[in-house]
Amino acid sequence: MKEKLVLVGNGMAGVRTIEELLKIAPDMYDITVFGAEPYGNYNRILLSPVLAGDKTIDDIMLNTLDWYEENNIKLHVGKTVVDVDRKGRKVIADDGTEETYDRLLLATGSNPFIIPVPGHGLPGVIGFRDIKDVDTMLGTAKTKTHAVVIGGGLLGLEAANGLKIQGMDVTVVHLTDTLMERQMDDVSGRMLQQSLEEKGLQFLMATQTEAILGDDCVKAVRFKDGLEISADIVVMAAGIRPNIELAEKIGLHCERGIVVNDTMQTFDPKIYSVGECVQHRGETYGLVAPLFEQGKVCANHLAKFGIGRYEGSVTSTKLKVTGIDLFSAGDFTGDDTTEDIIMKDVANGVYKKVVLKDNKIHGAVMYGDTVDGAWYFQMLRDGTDVSDIRDHLMFGQAHLGDAGHGGENAASAMSDDMEVCGCNGVCKGDIVNAITDKGLFTLEEVKAHTKAAASCGSCTGLVEQILASTVGDYSDTPKKKAMCGCTEHTHDEVRHAIKHNELTSIPAVHEFLEWKTPDGCASCRPALNFYVLAAWPNESVDDPQSRFINERVHANIQKDGTYSVVPRMWGGVTTPNELRAIADAAEKFDAKMVKVTGGQRIDLFGIKKEDLPEIWSDLNKAGMVSGHAYGKSLRTVKTCVGEEWCRFGTQDSTGLGIKIEEMTWGSQTPHKFKIAVSGCPRNCAEATIKDFGVVCVDSGYELHVGGNGGIHVKATDLLARVATEEEAMEYCGAFMQIYREEAHYLERTAPWIERVGLSYVKEKVVEDEVGRKVLNQRFLDSQDVFKFDPWAREVADAETRKVYIPIKKIG
Amino acid sequence: MSNWIEIGAVEEIPKLGSRVVETAKGDIAVFRAADDHVFALRDSCPHKQGPLSQGIVHGHTVTCPLHNWKIDLASGEAQEPDEGCTGKYETKVEAGVVYLAL
Repeated sequence: MKEKLVLVGNGMAGVRTIEELLKIAPDMYDITVFGAEPYGNYNRILLSPVLAGDKTIDDIMLNTLDWYEENNIKLHVGKTVVDVDRKGRKVIADDGTEETYDRLLLATGSNPFIIPVPGHGLPGVIGFRDIKDVDTMLGTAKTKTHAVVIGGGLLGLEAANGLKIQGMDVTVVHLTDTLMERQMDDVSGRMLQQSLEEKGLQFLMATQTEAILGDDCVKAVRFKDGLEISADIVVMAAGIRPNIELAEKIGLHCERGIVVNDTMQTFDPKIYSVGECVQHRGETYGLVAPLFEQGKVCANHLAKFGIGRYEGSVTSTKLKVTGIDLFSAGDFTGDDTTEDIIMKDVANGVYKKVVLKDNKIHGAVMYGDTVDGAWYFQMLRDGTDVSDIRDHLMFGQAHLGDAGHGGENAASAMSDDMEVCGCNGVCKGDIVNAITDKGLFTLEEVKAHTKAAASCGSCTGLVEQILASTVGDYSDTPKKKAMCGCTEHTHDEVRHAIKHNELTSIPAVHEFLEWKTPDGCASCRPALNFYVLAAWPNESVDDPQSRFINERVHANIQKDGTYSVVPRMWGGVTTPNELRAIADAAEKFDAKMVKVTGGQRIDLFGIKKEDLPEIWSDLNKAGMVSGHAYGKSLRTVKTCVGEEWCRFGTQDSTGLGIKIEEMTWGSQTPHKFKIAVSGCPRNCAEATIKDFGVVCVDSGYELHVGGNGGIHVKATDLLARVATEEEAMEYCGAFMQIYREEAHYLERTAPWIERVGLSYVKEKVVEDEVGRKVLNQRFLDSQDVFKFDPWAREVADAETRKVYIPIKKIG
Repeated sequence: MSNWIEIGAVEEIPKLGSRVVETAKGDIAVFRAADDHVFALRDSCPHKQGPLSQGIVHGHTVTCPLHNWKIDLASGEAQEPDEGCTGKYETKVEAGVVYLAL
């Protein structure tokens, strides 16, 4: 006989918990749900768009009645639970319905706080909480004119905006000088007020309500200063209170909310609680992201897995009013121990304030341009030290210009047909529709369904803005981000375990860290293969089946399934003989295009997979080796001609480039790695957008790191100045080694340095001379293993050559 | 009745890998999972016709090398939320030899 689980409260938090439970333990409980409202579970945070006429009730249903039936859940709608017999483990509804339980889940949510002024009980005085309230507002708007909203917080402004759109004259009454004072500071609050006034809303600031007037329904509102205004409807949006009526009645320990521990258990071990009714570590939450986090933890304990603790959430806020972008998170007021960085351009409607404490982001508030809100929020949650990026923190993550979405940075200003994701051709309207039609809440879900931000990722900030303005708040990245769905562990934890427990193969990692899937997935397996190789170059064995196809067949797959082949040209220097061999190979294997690459190499396109070993063999015979144009490894060392020819050249840049390439080729790195050497500060080899760049100067060599010419154009940071070629090479080896040992798989040097800080890299590579030499030596040692020509090796091995050809030809 | 065609020894397909069978009607990708189950699909992703034989195999799924669609090896169906399906072929292994039904 199955155990019985009863859920009281058919809202978002409770039902999400049930969904999480069904995912991990579908057959554990007989589930019964009580809901006071006569509907299935709907998306309460989308009530504002329903009021504004952008959506219908059907649009915002998350779980229809069919869903309950399909999952064998007994649903009592329109029944309010009025009592629980904790001894007899039985809940009792207002109509007398009784259900017994083994586990009880209370998700009674919250109630709008109705200010107890005279007249608060009159018909026409409502909160803004459920479908009934919205129906009342829509009904009133059809026949009446005057609306008063008491409370200029998030909910009040959304209600006011909706009523205005429905054609009413709306006055917002607010107790203090600043709208949304819990989410906005006075500057951004004033900017918000001004925008809303432009939309036609009226405000009575610093005003206290004295009484609501009327006989059988609302007629007017009177304030403490004596002013009276007419009102056909009064919306009380002065905050919410956890609904703890039932919990208190049955003797559960409550303070402001129902008190729960980190497993979401109340003081009665049979009773759990999630959602807005809960008080956890002294905090109550009214946003959806924390509630979902609670639901996940609670489901885990209901399923008796006993892992996972809810440790509280840091929340951020956005407003769902069309045309207004605002964002706030953390403590944006600050005190004596904090510093502010402020950027303010009121005429352009842009205001950003970041509060720092000990060089970490403590809070942020933004108005107008909020595209970097998610970035600040991430750093806030991660406790990232921002001292290295302070000088450009306010200009955002991509202040040098993002490619691919036309420089848009305010989603609200975009029309539905404007393209957000330039990689996958996704427009704003597509994203909004997917979010509302499919009930999406997180960035990951939006990526999966729409493909927006799923390729190069440069539009992530915009997509998050759209998500925020559509569903209000969301949870994008948990504080601890697991490598992928196959494990709970982070990249750093996995790397640490591999190093300290001498895990020298992927199966060993899977076993030691209790991987959830037998073979991992296409995301984690290549990462593990790299981590194992990087940590144990001599002890581990490369697993070709855990490499992306390009690295498996040492060529780049193209959209038609053919490959491109790039032979190495050291430092970008070639000879007539090599060119002749390349030309011959191009003709012999029918290359469809011969192209000069950005890294000073020649690329042969349209080569068939089965021809690869043979073309390599031909190129090998002319003295050429693989150019690793396909690899997570050194790609090319680009050079200019330098002092040997150039009248401006200060050093032998070509010669140094060749030496560096001879040292570093074949190396295994977390992502591709590009190097350039320029002979003078004119920098013709574009060394300042490479992972490692050398700019020769008269007195020696400037060494630059962490540049990138791709999605986020990023110029390098200066690492050090050195006097000799030997030193330049030593720094290069040490830098590549620490990047290899510490960066996450598929993390280029630019984001890696942004994450760990340039100071950290300098400390390890520049300031610590012994450490640098040790790192460089480890690099050179590993190169003994990695530095070989994979083309020649494949050509020589008859067994591996077989996989290049079809196993059988039929017909 | 299916027409069983001998393809080759199981060992000739790498574990967690694939080999291609060329036919007049296009390539067929023959996969071998870690548990030695053998599957065959049309070597063409339902998304943009990427060669599935070149993807990474994990469990009974292959991830397309072009845009990371995940295709179920047994059914040929794309994993949600992507939608699409590629043709599948019956396979059997007898005495270490793989047969394909055409």
